[in-house]
Amino acid sequence: MNLQEKIASLCPSATFEEGEYLLVNVADKEWHSLAESLKKELGFDYLVSVTGVDWNESLGCMYYLTNTETNEKVSVKVATTDRENPMLHSVSDLWKVALIQEREVYDFFGIVFIGHPDMRRLFMRTDWVGYPLRKDYDANPELNPIRLDAEENEDDSFVVTEDENGKLTKTDYKIFSENDYVVNFGPQHPSTHGVMRLRSAVDGETITKVVPVCGYIHRGIEKLCEGKTYPQTLFFTDRMDYMSSCQNRHCLCLCIEKALGLEVPRRAQIIRVMFDELMRIGSHILAYGCMAMDMGATTAFVYGFREREQLMDIFEKTTGGRMSQHYHVIGGVAADVHPDFIKDVREFCAILPSKVKEYHTLVTGNVIFKNRTIGVGVIGKEDVISYGTSGPNGRASGWSCDVRKRAPYAIYNELNFDEVIYNEGDSFARYMVRMDEVMQSVKLLEQLCDMLEKEEGNEYIAPKVPKIIKLPAGHWFQEVEASRGAFGVYIESDGGKNPYRMHFNSPGLNHVAAVDKCCAGYKIADLITISASLDYVIPDIDR
Amino acid sequence: MKRDDWKDNEYIDQLVEELNASGANVVVGTLDKLINWGRANSLWPLCFGTSCCAIEFMHLGAARHDMARFGFEVTRNSPRQADLLMVNGTITYRMAPVLMRLYEQMAEPKYVIATGSCNISGGPFIGSHCVVQGLDKLLPVDVWIPGCPPRPEAMYYGMMQLQRKIMTQKYFGGVNRQEKLKDFLAEHPEEAEGLK
Repeated sequence: MNLQEKIASLCPSATFEEGEYLLVNVADKEWHSLAESLKKELGFDYLVSVTGVDWNESLGCMYYLTNTETNEKVSVKVATTDRENPMLHSVSDLWKVALIQEREVYDFFGIVFIGHPDMRRLFMRTDWVGYPLRKDYDANPELNPIRLDAEENEDDSFVVTEDENGKLTKTDYKIFSENDYVVNFGPQHPSTHGVMRLRSAVDGETITKVVPVCGYIHRGIEKLCEGKTYPQTLFFTDRMDYMSSCQNRHCLCLCIEKALGLEVPRRAQIIRVMFDELMRIGSHILAYGCMAMDMGATTAFVYGFREREQLMDIFEKTTGGRMSQHYHVIGGVAADVHPDFIKDVREFCAILPSKVKEYHTLVTGNVIFKNRTIGVGVIGKEDVISYGTSGPNGRASGWSCDVRKRAPYAIYNELNFDEVIYNEGDSFARYMVRMDEVMQSVKLLEQLCDMLEKEEGNEYIAPKVPKIIKLPAGHWFQEVEASRGAFGVYIESDGGKNPYRMHFNSPGLNHVAAVDKCCAGYKIADLITISASLDYVIPDIDR
Repeated sequence: MKRDDWKDNEYIDQLVEELNASGANVVVGTLDKLINWGRANSLWPLCFGTSCCAIEFMHLGAARHDMARFGFEVTRNSPRQADLLMVNGTITYRMAPVLMRLYEQMAEPKYVIATGSCNISGGPFIGSHCVVQGLDKLLPVDVWIPGCPPRPEAMYYGMMQLQRKIMTQKYFGGVNRQEKLKDFLAEHPEEAEGLK
């Protein structure tokens, strides 16, 4: 019995569409029971992404689900035709990641989720007028001027519940009760890794609840993409997670190429993967430096940046850019690598193992560091899957979630490397995964250098793609392994030269959702070390 | 770029020398020079990093570059101890009130450097519904540093330009002081008459 037949037996009213993944169309009133059986009977335990879409005649969500055992994927489409009071059933009780992702959909589309425990806006100000990603959004600047007063009612939340007869009741409540002692971190705080704001309720020194407040760097990228052509949208990816700009861009390129059915030259594929891995090293080195600095070890930060500068030089020689490379383009890469590229990468790979040893000597064995990280911020395997906390954070809890292994893209299936997995799930394990992954990236880069040298004979020819790129009508989803976890791109096209809807599924947002789970029960001082070990990048969360 | 093509903005310095030559008060002039020399070489930046530019700013203080040569190394996390607001990264509508509060908490004299194209015009996010399209909509800015993000050298150049500006402060007045003068004159029209 294939998947379609199994789902049809569970939910007879569902309709199916063939595509890249099986698409299940289901009515809202049957969605929750189907979701429950998808999770419990068919083993779809990982909700990859919830994407809100405005299809004009209806508003709804696309859910992408993965079975972590078999790597089977399925997508579900749930929609409502009510534009005045759109409501869908929440699945946040089944997959915890929906807690934050459904809030994002509410913020952008105004869809209220029945049964979701916390319906507040996520990115926009609480007094924002309208839902920006709806097609009928009124962009009149007079409705939403730059407001310089503080936000009021930021504690106000509501929950919509449904009883057996289908009667809906809306209950208002405050996210912090009157007896809670609330400590505010951020958005301007040196140790919050950017402009993150964490409000935590404490009992003495112990954290009882952490409420992350996002949106301080929400730049409306998804909305902007809808007005841009496909090559123009590429430029935003470099500015989302600027520590994995190459991987993000690679993902969007792959998604567009998949839609166009474009073949990428082998040489370009090797170069792309090389840049991805270099970027990953850069990101992990920075994570090491910043984590140490957050604990007061400023020296480690300087040591980490020493190698990062060398890496920046390699980037700059080929692409001309240090932070935003803009190197991957649709169909390949912008130009061939610099003649010194292989030599430089080999040199870098040769020195890095000794440098990593130096990092370990400086920080890893330190008693203060160990005491503050070992056994702190523990999160279990089931929880990381439920929260969708992929990347190094997921692998530190024993979840084998590397997209490079799980669903190999580009040339990763030809390469020999190990997936780094720790089972402790604490801050120290998360730190160690990153350090070990640097070594794995070195191993990958050495193989890639050999491959590129073999390709040396055939000169790189810039990809021949049409000037105006039009995607056929349809929708596509692509994932890659960015420095911080699985980064996904969802494109919906109506056949025009602009995307109808483009959604970026960032790993950081899921990490932030898990902060509460990681921190509850630990001391307030651990909040800094735990968020440093989760290593999120804020523009990646807020987009 | 060749070394000879590089045009430094030395005209400000030259202008000051000219003005000094044509009879400024020796005592006041020297005192001013001393104060400005001290101010310009001990600028304590408040690092207000929101996105990519902040990482490049971190490079300024890390292994390759030496901020201490110019007196910038004491980056402060409290606005009350800072002289210079270094806005590294995009300012969104939600962030704007926070930025304004920090700016107001800083003690006079205070200076603002806007880093990156987001702060100049909105940059890549021009037309976004929630990005402040240029920092001048919120604050008076002393120096703009273009780039997306600017390289560390560009940031140094921008910060050195600010030092130049501070050195000449008596003659041209800081941006902030000019703002104050405008407010003062609006409140006291009789003084404005006197100035004419």
